Amino acid sequence: MARNDGKTRIQSKLPATRANKKPRRVLIMVATRKGAWLYHTDATRKTWRADGPHFLGHVLNHLVLDPRDGRTLLAAAKTGHLGPTVFRSTDFGRTWKEAAQPPAFAKAPSGEQGRAVDHTFWLTPGHPSQPGVWYAGTSPQGLFRSEDGGVNWSPFSMVNDDPQYRKWMGTVQDGTPDGPKLHSIIVDPRDPAHLYFAMSGGGVHESTDGGRTFAPLIKGLEVVEGFDRSDTTVHDPHCVRLSPSNPDRLYQQNHCGIYRVDRPSDEWVRVGRAMPKRVGDIGFPMVLHPRDDDSAWVFPMDGQTVWPRTSPEGKPAVYVTRNGGETWKRLDAGLPKSQAWWTVKRQAMCADAGDPVGLYFGTTSGELWASRDEGKGWTCMARHLPEIYAVEAAALS
Amino acid sequence: MKVLIPGALRSYTESSETVATGATLAAVLADLDRQYAGIRFRMIDEQDRIRRHIRIFVNGEQIRELSQPLRATDEVVIVQALSGG
Repeated sequence: MARNDGKTRIQSKLPATRANKKPRRVLIMVATRKGAWLYHTDATRKTWRADGPHFLGHVLNHLVLDPRDGRTLLAAAKTGHLGPTVFRSTDFGRTWKEAAQPPAFAKAPSGEQGRAVDHTFWLTPGHPSQPGVWYAGTSPQGLFRSEDGGVNWSPFSMVNDDPQYRKWMGTVQDGTPDGPKLHSIIVDPRDPAHLYFAMSGGGVHESTDGGRTFAPLIKGLEVVEGFDRSDTTVHDPHCVRLSPSNPDRLYQQNHCGIYRVDRPSDEWVRVGRAMPKRVGDIGFPMVLHPRDDDSAWVFPMDGQTVWPRTSPEGKPAVYVTRNGGETWKRLDAGLPKSQAWWTVKRQAMCADAGDPVGLYFGTTSGELWASRDEGKGWTCMARHLPEIYAVEAAALS
Repeated sequence: MKVLIPGALRSYTESSETVATGATLAAVLADLDRQYAGIRFRMIDEQDRIRRHIRIFVNGEQIRELSQPLRATDEVVIVQALSGG
């Protein structure tokens, strides 16, 4: 598979962000089915101070710190009874203020059945040149944007109401069990007008005109047996990530394998074929190295037969590639050796910017695991949390 | 008129009971939102539908339409649906 020979040139054009500076502190943000927790540590990452719960009883799908200002923290929340909203903090969760206008679809014309946001699922800070801009993805699938740091949100692009996109979004039956989702919103660090997003279901999409238009990017991706892969509706990307060190390289954990694409190619290559057959290449999260575009981590799960969504054989493990997906190595030192039937959701695994890179994942059984050495060894940071939906790391100077 | 607030929404009102005005349920909810910013969207979606796990009663009778006329002497009770197990 071809390497991107423009890597050096591209790196030189990447804008400087706070994440590029040597961090003195690391913040881990954990969003769960019943609240949020913050874990603070210094650069050694040896001991952690837990702060939480925040929003006890609320369903938190994502908790993200703005890397541009290092202080604006957004939380996508709802409860079992109440509608969705977004909370905002600028003091690391000491105080929270609700968005004045949370993500909501446009009111449908009279007589038509309009859609309503069930929950905001995904939050992405905008380009460094556009402070205050954030993007949100929702369930059912919707794309939203804020230009004031998450206080007011509006429908963004043509995606939400375009007849073709609505068709590609499919029905509830085509989506994730707890609702079809728009996720993996990516802003090219070289160009704020170059955007990607993914839908489960509904495929991967790209815009080169600031979101005015989007087009599918699904060539090479496989679909569930019996479906037509030319139909965007049946594509199910679980998590798409853009390499921080090489924005022309994207990796993807899909419902049907692990893939990589090197732009300008528009054809995904199934690099998960190199995973051990007994483990397979099905899973949810996809984590990339902050400085090495050949290194990536996945957390395989059992996607056979009735889709147990557990660790294969009850033996959880992270797998890493150091060569762009040509080979994969099992990393399970410190993890349970057997009878551990949890897995990791698509937003619940991340990397920090440290050297060596710190890795973190949260489990469906409420355990938070960390590695200070790029996955060679794992320790459990917290147990007995609610089901973990998202884990994000932020470097604080 | 008197409006009773369920526990899930008391982070807005800081009280189990408040007062709002309006000639319809929609107007009363709009008045509530003016007093307690954001409270309406937690109960009513962007298509003006009462959310699945919210129930609204007026003088003991369940109301399903926001256009329901109200009088100043009515009592509005907002409750969380049981939807438990």
